[in-house]
Amino acid sequence: MSARPMIEVKNVYKVFGKVVALNGVSLDIYPGKVVVIIGPSGSGKSTILRCMNHMEVESQGEIWVDGEHLNGDQKRLNRIRSEIGMVFQSFNLYPHLSVLENVTLAQRIVRKTDKQTASEIAMHQLEKVGIVEKANAYPSQLSGGQQQRVAIARALAMKPKIMLFDEPTSALDPEMIKEVLDVMLLLAKEGITMVVVTHEMGFARAAADEVVFMDQGQIVEHGTPSQLFDHPVHPRTQLFLSQILAH
Amino acid sequence: MNQSTSIEMNPTPVGLGKPTIKERLTQFPWWFVTLILILITTFTAITTQPSYTEAFNFIKAGLSITIRTTLIAFVIALFLGLITGLGRISRNVFSKNLATLYVEFIRGVPMLVLIFFIALVAVPAVVSGMNELGHWFQSQGWNWIANPLLALENKAIEMNVRAIVALSVTYGAFLAEIFRAGIQSVSKGQMEAARSQGMSSGQAMIYIILPQAIRNVLPALGNDFVAMLKDSSLVSVLAVRDITQVARLYAGRSFRFEEAYTTLAILYLSMTIVLSLVVKYIERRVRQDER
Repeated sequence: MSARPMIEVKNVYKVFGKVVALNGVSLDIYPGKVVVIIGPSGSGKSTILRCMNHMEVESQGEIWVDGEHLNGDQKRLNRIRSEIGMVFQSFNLYPHLSVLENVTLAQRIVRKTDKQTASEIAMHQLEKVGIVEKANAYPSQLSGGQQQRVAIARALAMKPKIMLFDEPTSALDPEMIKEVLDVMLLLAKEGITMVVVTHEMGFARAAADEVVFMDQGQIVEHGTPSQLFDHPVHPRTQLFLSQILAH
Repeated sequence: MNQSTSIEMNPTPVGLGKPTIKERLTQFPWWFVTLILILITTFTAITTQPSYTEAFNFIKAGLSITIRTTLIAFVIALFLGLITGLGRISRNVFSKNLATLYVEFIRGVPMLVLIFFIALVAVPAVVSGMNELGHWFQSQGWNWIANPLLALENKAIEMNVRAIVALSVTYGAFLAEIFRAGIQSVSKGQMEAARSQGMSSGQAMIYIILPQAIRNVLPALGNDFVAMLKDSSLVSVLAVRDITQVARLYAGRSFRFEEAYTTLAILYLSMTIVLSLVVKYIERRVRQDER
């Protein structure tokens, strides 16, 4: 690879009290790639994702985003974060604001975009996730799937270089998972850099350029979907996949 | 193409879910009706019995002081409480300890004692501190700031003002705990979502956390407003002529204790009932908005 990685995770450790969540993780994510991180719960997959925009600060090691080191500089961190969209398991829409306001707020106060332009960008993104008719509704009036699609639109409205997805479908009823995955597939095809923590192996197979398998705070195996799913090398990967595909 | 996806509905029995007469009787707010009857009886006495009319006319002169003291002190307490509440959850060691010291001090002293202490010890101490500061500024030759400070005089500060200071400083600590609880009731994910979009912690607090926190604590703030209205009667110990003080004066002068204190109690009760209804209404609105 000649291009500079969009995200560089350099030998990162993360300790919560006595629990070692990340035990020396290194990972390069290249522009335009869709990287899916899988693994059992407690494997550190969410923690490594949250380190990528410093929602968690690594105990040791370095995170670089688009050539910039994430250090203690708050102002720079806020700017870098505004260029990284994040989608949460529990949606975290702002319940006191309408859908449209949810999507325009950060544009207005972080980017200082004027109201008209912000609304236009917001409506465009809401259209993309197929929820434009709910622009004036409040989050509590939407289904889980709709809320998550609004959350994706909210992240996209900042024109991010990178999208981070932290188990975006884990809190959804089964019948709503597909509508969110469809939107994510659409984004993957558009070529935005994506890092996705998920249990949806179907999505990983269909959309991922690379799949990372983590266990006990370490990367166990890293490869293309067909390498990892069809010919897993490590016994731990084989066991995990057999368990997850068996049910 | 036009396939119907609806299922056939079973007929629902008529009258299902309607309360029975017995259920209605047991759920009826008898206490409220009784309370209203008490109020009506007393106000009838006030309009028909001369001794009650006289007492009422004397005591109602204190209403404006009671209401004004409560309103002004509550507004100041809201500001104090919000700032202190933010201080309590701040990561800054100094703000956090200062806010906690204030709250714990106030909570550990009876309100009656606090009113004496603030009005007669703390206010004079602050005034003399300002005077000292004025002398220092004067020695530096900064008369434009020294003169107003030196002009401050302890004796010139009226008891009405001291009463307002005492009530607002006391309730500021109570409201701080309400604001703190309100801020902590907003889920952690809200702050994370805001910060992940590049907002500073201050922006996240102003645009995301506080609007939700304040909505959550509106009923609690309303309850404290009612409590403050009642506690404002304590300022009578400073000889502030609120309704309690004028009722005491009237009773002492006329020896009509029954008329004086019945009227006084009923006046507080009427005000708090109305306010409680407002608080209930706000509570219902807040719950509706949450859906």
